[in-house]
Amino acid sequence: MNVANEALAGHGPHGAHGAHGPTYKQYSIGFALAIILTVIPFALVMSHTVAATPLVIAGFALAQILVHIVYFLHVDTSQEKRWNLMALLYTGVMVFIVLGGSLWIMHHLYVNMVPHAMHGNVWK
Amino acid sequence: MSNDPILVQGGNLALRRDYADHAADALRDLRRSGDAVDFEVEHHHDVAATIQLGFWIYLMSDCLLFSGLFATYALLSSHTAGGPAGSQLFDLPNVLIETMFLLFSSFTCGLATLAMNADRRNATVGWLAVTFLLGLGFISIEVREFAHLVAIGAGPDRSAFLSSFFTLVATHGLHVTCGLIFMAVMMAAVLKKGLTPTNRARLVNLSLFWHFLDIIWVGVFSLVYLFGVAH
Repeated sequence: MNVANEALAGHGPHGAHGAHGPTYKQYSIGFALAIILTVIPFALVMSHTVAATPLVIAGFALAQILVHIVYFLHVDTSQEKRWNLMALLYTGVMVFIVLGGSLWIMHHLYVNMVPHAMHGNVWK
Repeated sequence: MSNDPILVQGGNLALRRDYADHAADALRDLRRSGDAVDFEVEHHHDVAATIQLGFWIYLMSDCLLFSGLFATYALLSSHTAGGPAGSQLFDLPNVLIETMFLLFSSFTCGLATLAMNADRRNATVGWLAVTFLLGLGFISIEVREFAHLVAIGAGPDRSAFLSSFFTLVATHGLHVTCGLIFMAVMMAAVLKKGLTPTNRARLVNLSLFWHFLDIIWVGVFSLVYLFGVAH
């Protein structure tokens, strides 16, 4: 039963694929990287530097999300996690379509429907 | 007469226990043979992996729910209807503290998973308790922020920007609250029944849920708070 317990947990040190179980090192690396990737964009915005552009902030956010996925959710390319990875990639595509598509379509709608929006930045 | 096996079996409890022992021996023999053990382990493993994949699919669908709310916020964040804009409302040091609460809780949740894998029941519950308190800290800061915004007349009814802001951030907060309830239930379950296979499978799902909420929060503090103040 003990063997079955460990196998059920999926991360038992004696499991068939024990190498994929999370380790303290993994969590520590992920945690340190996440702290750094959080503090830098906050510092950039709070110190009102010109570097705090939406693109830079989005870049840090994407990097931190990847760190969380790899070090906290332990998604990798192993056979065991294949379907998790597939579902995640599919979700990524869907999120991109929903977010990007909404912004793209609404931007054009806004430009074409609101008379005064032709001038200046419609996002301000 | 007393040596008659049928009579003895008919009334003797001790013999019944003997039968049970025989059955257990037989089962152990069965499991000892390589195929049986492999089947047993693989079977349990498949069930756990399937449960985990099912929960993962739920998390992915939750991600799509949030993508809709993020898109709505992105489109409406500039529609302040003459009311306050994000840069006038958001208190970044406060948000940074809030973010740290959630990030530290993600780490302690990982430590709970490690304690579970090492079969340390009390340590598992202990780290879950720390995670719970950090999560509670996060929620308290958020509720205080919401109460402050409503008090100064910047509630969800003020503008499209604030409606979408409250919807997005409160939906995340609601998820965290559900995670806290899930965590409290799991702490009680582990204390009562120990690290059973069922509890382990649920703890794995709980940790996935908690780490997932931290990922959503990265999107929230970046798109809502940092974008809002940087603009």
